Amino acid sequence: MSTTVEHAHPQLGFARKYIFSTDHKVIAIQYIVTAMFMAVIGGLLSMMMRLQLAWPTPNVRPGILDPIWSLLSNIMPDGIQSGVMLPEFYLSLVTMHGTIMVFFLFTAILTGGFGNFLIPLQIGARDMAFPFLNALSYWIFLLSCIVILAALFVTGGAPLGGWTAYAPLSALPEAGPGQAEGMTLWILAIALFAVSGLMGGLNYVTTLLTMRTKGMSMMRLPLTQWSLFITATLGILAFPVLLAAGILLLFDRTGGTSFFVPGGLVMGQQVLEHTGGHPLLWQHLFWFFGHPEVYIVVLPAMGIASDVLSTFCRKPIFGYRMMVYSMSAIAFLSFVVWGHHMFMSGMSPVLGSIFTLTTLLIAIPSAIKVFNWLGTMWGARIRFVTPMLFALGFVSMFVTGGLSGIFLGTSAADIAMHDTYFVVGHFHLVMAVSPLFAGFAGLYYWFPKMFGRMMNETLGKVHFWLSFVGAYIVFHTMHSLGVVGHLRRIYDPSQYEFLQPIVGMNIVISMAAFVLGAAQVVFLFNFFSSIFWGKKASVNPWNATTLEWELPSPPGHGNFGPELPTVKRWPFDFSVPGAEKDYIMQTESPKETTSG
Amino acid sequence: MPVVTAETTEEKLEVGSPPPPVWPEGGDDGESWEPGPAFPVTKGRIGLWLLLGSIAMLFGGFSSSYIVLRGLPSWQNVAIPSMLWVTTGLLLASSVTIELTRKAVAKDLQGPAKAWIGVTGGLGLAFLVGQVGAWFQMVEAGVYLPSTLHSSFLYILTGLHGIHLMGGIGALVYVLTQTFRNRYTARDHEPIALCATYWHFMGGLWVYLFMMFVLA
Repeated sequence: MSTTVEHAHPQLGFARKYIFSTDHKVIAIQYIVTAMFMAVIGGLLSMMMRLQLAWPTPNVRPGILDPIWSLLSNIMPDGIQSGVMLPEFYLSLVTMHGTIMVFFLFTAILTGGFGNFLIPLQIGARDMAFPFLNALSYWIFLLSCIVILAALFVTGGAPLGGWTAYAPLSALPEAGPGQAEGMTLWILAIALFAVSGLMGGLNYVTTLLTMRTKGMSMMRLPLTQWSLFITATLGILAFPVLLAAGILLLFDRTGGTSFFVPGGLVMGQQVLEHTGGHPLLWQHLFWFFGHPEVYIVVLPAMGIASDVLSTFCRKPIFGYRMMVYSMSAIAFLSFVVWGHHMFMSGMSPVLGSIFTLTTLLIAIPSAIKVFNWLGTMWGARIRFVTPMLFALGFVSMFVTGGLSGIFLGTSAADIAMHDTYFVVGHFHLVMAVSPLFAGFAGLYYWFPKMFGRMMNETLGKVHFWLSFVGAYIVFHTMHSLGVVGHLRRIYDPSQYEFLQPIVGMNIVISMAAFVLGAAQVVFLFNFFSSIFWGKKASVNPWNATTLEWELPSPPGHGNFGPELPTVKRWPFDFSVPGAEKDYIMQTESPKETTSG
Repeated sequence: MPVVTAETTEEKLEVGSPPPPVWPEGGDDGESWEPGPAFPVTKGRIGLWLLLGSIAMLFGGFSSSYIVLRGLPSWQNVAIPSMLWVTTGLLLASSVTIELTRKAVAKDLQGPAKAWIGVTGGLGLAFLVGQVGAWFQMVEAGVYLPSTLHSSFLYILTGLHGIHLMGGIGALVYVLTQTFRNRYTARDHEPIALCATYWHFMGGLWVYLFMMFVLA
C-alpha cells in the first residue's frame, strides 16, 4: 500500500490548495463542478423550451403553469412578454442550450474532468506533464464560461443561429437581436474554449506518452486512458480548424471582410457592402471540426463505460485490442464524414454518396464496440450498482441513437428526415444522453476516490430509473414527431395544420422532460450532500484493479508514495481461475496473489 | 493458500471451466513481463510537436478557405507588397542563425551562442517590422482589409503568423536570459533545440503562406 507523500510537499494555503492549484485532482474537480453548474443552466433553458413547445399559446396553457410563466416574464422581460415567449427568444434558448451542453458540459466534464482526474492516477504519475498549463487551461475554460453566459445578458440577448452558428446570419450583426453583441461573445467564448481545450489536449497526450510508470505499456492502459488519448489527439487536430473559422467569422462581423457573406446580399431593403464570399465555407469548416467534436464527446464515454462494465461484470473486457483499434478507427473516420451534415446544401449527389459511404463505415467499429460490451456482459454475474446501471444505460442509448444514425447518414433518407425532430431525437440519444449516462457512471464510480465518501445508492437508483425512462420517452418520441415532419427549431407547432394530430405528443415529451429534469435534482442533492455526509469510502470499494484504487480516498498531493508503482499486468484481471480473489490489482505479481 | 501450479489449472480445465488466461505470467495482455524502456522522446519535444500540429491545422483551415474562396468569381488579386520579399529573406536568414546558435551551444561556445540568439531575435523583430511595413505599403496602394478576399487573407494571415512568431521571440528572450545564467551545456540544451524547431516551423509556415499569396 502506498502512502501519501504530503511530507514531500510544502503545506499550501487554502487558495493555493483548492483554488489556484496545479494539482490535477483539484483541477479535475474544478472542471466537474463548473461543468455541472453550466449543465444546470443549459438544462433550465431546455425546460423553458419544452414549456413553450407543449403549450405554445396562452389559451392552451393549463392554469397551473400561470405562476411559472409570470415568474419567467418577470425574470426575462425582454424575451417573455406578459406570458408570451418571443420567437427570437426561443431561438436564443436553442442556441445557448446546444452550445452550453456540447462544449461546456460534455467536452468539459468528460475530458477536462475525468481526463484530469484519471490520467495521472491510472498511469502511475504524480501529476500532468505540464501542471501550470493544466491550471491555465481550467482558468481559460472558466473565462469562456463567463463569456458565454454573458451573452444571455447583453443587449439583444443570446445569438439565434444554433450551436452551429451558420453563416451568413452569424456574420451579420444586423441579422437579428442576438446576432450583434450576443454572437460576438459566442465567438469569443468558443475561441477561448478551443484554446483551453488545446492546452488540456497537449497535456493529456504528452502525459500519456511519457509519464506512464514502469510496466504500464500502452496495451496495459485502462480503456478510459485509451479513449482520453485518442480524444485529446482529435481535439488537437479539430479545434484549431474551428478557431480558424471563428477568426474569419469575427473579421466578417467586425472588419468588413466577406469570407462567409455572399456579394449583393440584401437586408432590410439595403444591399450590403460585402464583396462576395461563400456561406457554405462556414459549414465545411464548422463540420470539419463538428463531427470530430461528436467523438470528442462520445469516445471518453465509451472508455469510461468499458472500464465500469468490466468491473461490475467481474470479467475482463471482451476484445481489448479490438476496442483500442475501433476507437482509433472511429477517430480517423470522424475526419472524413463532415459532409453528412450538409447533404441538403446542394452538394453533388456523387459527393453525397461518398460521404454516405464513409459515414456508414463508422457503423463497423461502433458495432464492434457494442458487441464487445455485450460479450463482456455475456454470462456475467452482473453487480447492478448505480455506476453499472448508468454504464448499461449508456450502451442502450448508444445503440438506439446509433441506429437512427444509419437513416440520417444515408443521403437519400436524410433528404426526408433533414431538419426534423428525427435529427433532434437521434443526436440527443447518441451524443447527449449516452455520454451523459457514461458521465454519471464515471461520477458514481470515481466519486469515492474524489471525495473519500460514497454516494447514496438508493438515490442513485432513483436517479437512474427516472433518467432512463424519462430520456427514452423524450427522445424516442421525438423520432416519431420527425417522421411526421415536425421541423426543428419551430417555436409554435400549433401554427402548422399538419402537426395538429400530434400536439399531444409534444405534451408527453414535455412532461417526460420535466421528470428527466427533476431526476437531475436528485442527482445534484446526492452529489453535494454525499461530499459531506456520505458513507466513508474504503480504498477500493468496487474491488477494481487499476492503480487509483490502491491509493487512499482521496489520494494526497503527488498521488503515490515515495516510489511509483510497478505495473505487472493489464487492468482486466477479473475472476482469474486459481486466484485468491476475483480481481487482481495491476501491481500484483503472481506470488502476492497466490500464496496467502 | 496453496501456490497455483500448472497442474491445478489443468485440472480446472478438465472439469469444464473456460481456459485460463496466460497466468501467472501477468494477465493475458500479451505484454512482456519486464517493464519496457522509458519513452524515448522528452515531454518538451512531444508537447512542442503537438503544438506545431495544432498550428498546422489552424493554418490548414485558413489555407483550405483560401483555396475554396480562390475559386469564386468575386476573387480579385491585389499586388503583393514588395516588402514581403525582403521579410521572407530576413526570416530565412534567421533560420540559419538559429542553427548557428545550436551548433555553438553544442560545442559549449557560450559567447557565440548568446550572440547568435541575439541575432536571430533581431532578425525576427526586423521581420515583424517589415510585415507591418508591408501593411503600410498596401494601405498606400489603397488596399485595405475588406477590399478583396485576397487582401483580407493577406492582412489576417500575416498578422496571425506574426503573433505566432512573437511567441518564438518570447521563447528566444527566455533562453537568452538562461544562457546568461550558463544554464545550457553541450549535452543539455533542450530549450534551445526546441526554440530552433519552432523557429524553423515558423519560417516554413511563412514560406508556405507567402507562396500561396504570390501564386494566388
